Amino acid sequence: MEFNGTLFVQYLIIGIATGALIALIALGYTLVYGIIELINFAHGEVMMMGAFFSISLIALSGVSADSAGAAIIGMLLLTLVLAMAFSALLNFAIDRIAYKPLRNAPRLAPLIAAIGMSFILQNIGIYWQGSNPVRPPSIIPLEYRSYNILNEWFALDTTIRFRLLDLFVLVTTIPLLIGLTWFVYRTRIGTAMRATAQDREAAALMGIDVNRTIGTAFLLGGGLAGAAGLIALYYNDNGWYRMGFRYGLFAFTAAVLGGIGNLTGAVVGSLCIGLIWSMSDGFMKQYVSGWGAQWTPSVIFGVLVLVMVFRPSGLLGEQTVDKV
Amino acid sequence: MTMLELRDVHSFYGHIHALKGISINVDRGEIVTLIGSNGAGKSTTLKTISGLLSPKNGEVLLDGKSINGVPAHKVAALGVAQSPEGRRVFPRMTVVENLNMGAFSRGKPDPADLARVYDLFPRLKERSSQKAGTLSGGEQQMLAIGRALMARPTVLLLDEPSMGLAPILVETIFGVVKDINAQGTTVLLVEQNALMALAIAHRGYVLQTGQIVLADTGQALLKNETVRKAYLGEE
Repeated sequence: MEFNGTLFVQYLIIGIATGALIALIALGYTLVYGIIELINFAHGEVMMMGAFFSISLIALSGVSADSAGAAIIGMLLLTLVLAMAFSALLNFAIDRIAYKPLRNAPRLAPLIAAIGMSFILQNIGIYWQGSNPVRPPSIIPLEYRSYNILNEWFALDTTIRFRLLDLFVLVTTIPLLIGLTWFVYRTRIGTAMRATAQDREAAALMGIDVNRTIGTAFLLGGGLAGAAGLIALYYNDNGWYRMGFRYGLFAFTAAVLGGIGNLTGAVVGSLCIGLIWSMSDGFMKQYVSGWGAQWTPSVIFGVLVLVMVFRPSGLLGEQTVDKV
Repeated sequence: MTMLELRDVHSFYGHIHALKGISINVDRGEIVTLIGSNGAGKSTTLKTISGLLSPKNGEVLLDGKSINGVPAHKVAALGVAQSPEGRRVFPRMTVVENLNMGAFSRGKPDPADLARVYDLFPRLKERSSQKAGTLSGGEQQMLAIGRALMARPTVLLLDEPSMGLAPILVETIFGVVKDINAQGTTVLLVEQNALMALAIAHRGYVLQTGQIVLADTGQALLKNETVRKAYLGEE
């Protein structure tokens, strides 16, 4: 069958947007791993909690798709900020309650605590929004749901769709990624984080409060996950107590693919996973009969296995780029 | 005047009773050395002072005030800097970033301090933009000492600064320790190279399986029969 360029570009766009979204979550895994070498398995659930918080907040505010444009944009921005704050504090609290008491225990102990936390949060999720997928409160006016920027803004005569929603994902994600990089490389606390990641004891000898630094990593990672929760909610027009589990595993794979502990690696790995995800979900079935979204997890975990076997330190290795 | 004092300090490494009642004191402006074989408790003593370990019993006093159980980052802010065993430089930071980390507790690094460190170790200036992980062992040792100096410490704790270094470098480093001391910094030096350490120290303590077995001036210890046999390798 002939290569369908239009379709390819279409899934490329979706893949990049999905990858950017995954990057927000993957960075949370990598930030925490870089400092305390713990895979925070509850991280996906922190993202889900951010989404559920957004649902409740928007429903409570009464702002809907019929409200004035300024009210809708203002409410979305406010929700973004508050969902980030909520998830940041939640992640911080999880560390204080479940991981910090186990800081000097064998490494398996906090890992199991993390899995336990993940189940607890999923159950809180069921209690909060029910056990079935829910649609988020309608706040984006109908005409903008499938608004194609390429047609409307650039007057391009194309069937390729670059929706306002895709743009929404990118304009939220990219500044957050730049902001995080700035924070880690240009601020005093960020410097403390990098030093702590490289040598915890030496960092303490320099006068760095290691516990505070670890807390900051959980706050930052949680905040990004909260943003991802809100974005995923409207990007998929769907929220579910298991959404964090799926996104979390994919983001974790992305972090490992890029080189766990490495910030740039997490973003690169996420873009790869986003592209694999969208190609497998939509593009592949044009060429392979019987292919479909049901194969996507197998492909992604297949990638994880290949990385573990052939390049356990990930695409960007450990030695080349600064890890946090 | 006593700058640093340990009174009957007991420390544990997990279940190992590493320090069994250590009492030492270091006067302001002195170089004091702790010598002893591997596993005698030298590094444990330094970790107990810098707050990486907290003593089970006894007391650590800095300038007359107890610092028992004070966490390491607060001890650093009180003016105690340590060049730790095994150098512990930040491998993925450059030389100059490492040096700046040394001044973390002071807020901003002082360019005059940086100039002084480069003056003591011209090699570090040449390598300033190189990642610390790519330096040779000797260069990393200079960096670890330089980094500790960036804190402009009142008390400098040096853990095995001569370890794994070529003899010519060992001489350089001990020369620098003397200079630093002459400029007013109190030094507590832990060494396996007893000959070099005692030669520059005002006083020394001999540590054996977690206890002090001898204490005297550096010169007297150099002449001591037991020390010569046990630590200077003489028959």
